[in-house]
Amino acid sequence: MLDAGHTEEALLEVNNIEVIYNHVILVLKGVSLSVPKGGITALLGGNGAGKTTTLKAISSLLQSERGEVTKGSIHYRGERLEGLDPAGLVKKGVIQVMEGRHCFEHLTVEENLLTGAYTRSGAEVARDLEMVYEYFPRLRERRKSQAGYTSGGEQQMVAIGRALMSKPETILLDEPSMGLAPQLVEEIFGIVKSLNENEGVTFLLAEQNTNVALRYAHYGYILESGRIVMDGPAADLRENPDVKEFYLGMSDDGRKSFRDVRSYRRRKRWLS
Amino acid sequence: MPVAFLNFMEVTMNGLMAGVLYALVALGFVLIYKASGIFNYAQGVMALFSALTLVGIMEGQVPFSHLINALLGTEIHHFGWHINAFFGILFTMVVMVGLAYCVQRFVFRHLVGQEPIILFMATIGLAYFMEGLGDLMWGSDIKTLAVGLPQGGSFAIEDLTATWAAEGERYYGMYIDQLDIVATVVAAILVIALVLFAQYTKQGRAMRAVADDHQAALSVGISLNFIWVLVWSLAGFVAIVAGVMWGAKSGVQFSLSLIALKALPVLMLGGFTSIPGAIVGGLIIGVGEKLFEYQFGPMLGGATENWFAYVLALLFLVFRPQGLFGEKIIERV
Ligand SMILES: Nc1ncnc2c1ncn2[C@@H]1O[C@H](COP(=O)(O)OP(=O)(O)O)[C@@H](O)[C@H]1O
Ligand SMILES: [Mg+2]
Repeated sequence: MLDAGHTEEALLEVNNIEVIYNHVILVLKGVSLSVPKGGITALLGGNGAGKTTTLKAISSLLQSERGEVTKGSIHYRGERLEGLDPAGLVKKGVIQVMEGRHCFEHLTVEENLLTGAYTRSGAEVARDLEMVYEYFPRLRERRKSQAGYTSGGEQQMVAIGRALMSKPETILLDEPSMGLAPQLVEEIFGIVKSLNENEGVTFLLAEQNTNVALRYAHYGYILESGRIVMDGPAADLRENPDVKEFYLGMSDDGRKSFRDVRSYRRRKRWLS
Repeated sequence: MPVAFLNFMEVTMNGLMAGVLYALVALGFVLIYKASGIFNYAQGVMALFSALTLVGIMEGQVPFSHLINALLGTEIHHFGWHINAFFGILFTMVVMVGLAYCVQRFVFRHLVGQEPIILFMATIGLAYFMEGLGDLMWGSDIKTLAVGLPQGGSFAIEDLTATWAAEGERYYGMYIDQLDIVATVVAAILVIALVLFAQYTKQGRAMRAVADDHQAALSVGISLNFIWVLVWSLAGFVAIVAGVMWGAKSGVQFSLSLIALKALPVLMLGGFTSIPGAIVGGLIIGVGEKLFEYQFGPMLGGATENWFAYVLALLFLVFRPQGLFGEKIIERV
């Protein structure tokens, strides 16, 4: 188990970045985080906190959304990433699984998986396809179906499997739990965990579902309005009273309703 | 066989052959539209431009000779060589790929994420630019395209079918234009090649992936710029074939760019995003317009081919807006 993200060798290092959309909207106001090799690092925070923006800044998918990193730096294995296009990152071993799954709807499940290997060629592609089917047996059954007609859970599996086909070292996984039933969420996270343990894939995981994410992650960062407001080993965060209150919906006097927490939160903010 | 039936068959054959070419031109539209959401108004002019280029290259014409002569006071027009059709077409393909690259690099790269209507307007601009460029490069006189394609009717088919009529009837056999046969075969080969490419190759798969979801395609490392150059190049190849076939029939001149108008009803019928739709739509329109003209043309004063396709396509639009095979919009939350 990796507990202290900071002491491990950092694979990915985000240093004080600022992101602006459309030249005017400042969304990230100095975000720093560090992702150790072989770990699962969670990036937590509510809707609109800036999780997706952070992942896209790393994977350089911001470019196509009129977003720009205007300050700070991003290093991967000690090299600066700015200036690379998404294809360059995929070749370096960093791939993003986008929020909302984004399958190629009119391609079959297998064709979707194969597009993941776009930047590669050779015989290993067939072997990796086999590997993906072993992690996701359901996809093997549905390999000839059009991805648009598969269920939400299956689409999430397609999206993760497709990323795996690029033979990544690091997967930036954006809200895998979104819109899925709790049982499926556990199944997906279970697979993430085994990919991490057996294949050595490093994960940076953006989640609103703090509860599940902190059970599977080793280290967590909490993002609020474009700033990191807290970070620490997942086990510590789980026990932290503020996290319990604001993100796990619990406090010392038992479970609080979501609405209570929200209105309370409006009055009390952590920083600022 | 009764003569009426043989005539019907002849008309149908001619319709099918016209239809394959319509399908080909329509495919040029579908490729670009699917991959980039751009309705390429310039498709017809691309056919004209490629035919002009082919003639120019084969005749050894110096491109931009008018301009060069005007600026430098020289009198050059020809390199003094002739190139055969095969290499001529090869060179023209290179030119069309270069054109595709320039279109992407200098126009559409700067318009990523713009409204479809703006992209459409840009293709109108592109059409007129290319028309002017074609004139500037190769001169604006009407040219004949002699790529060695056979002309006139096929005697083999005429002789063969002449014997099919019932005893004692006056029947001289079917008239099938040899050029049409060649055009059909070439177009059919290109259509099949395009379908196989899209369906079974890595780049074809990437092309379809881009058509489905730009962002996701980017995220797996597909370069949108590359795919867009690719589809414009393929549309360019389609334009060459259409340009050669039409050019050989009726000369290389402005009216050649109007073949695009024949593809529009095919698209309305087959759907803008469907490759099989373009093929089947092309065949239906080809056969439909020829049979309609044969049956009802004399009654309606002739020239029904000018409007029949559009009326048929309109009916389709009213009753099935996504077209015959238009991709079902999959909605799932
Ligand atoms: N393309 C965009 N243009 C402008 N603003 C954006 C864009 N994408 C996201 N935002 C804004 O940035 C903020 C952070 O969004 P996001 O990173 O998607 O948050 P999260 O993933 O944590 O829900 C939000 O306020 C959102 O409205
Ligand atoms: Mg998000």
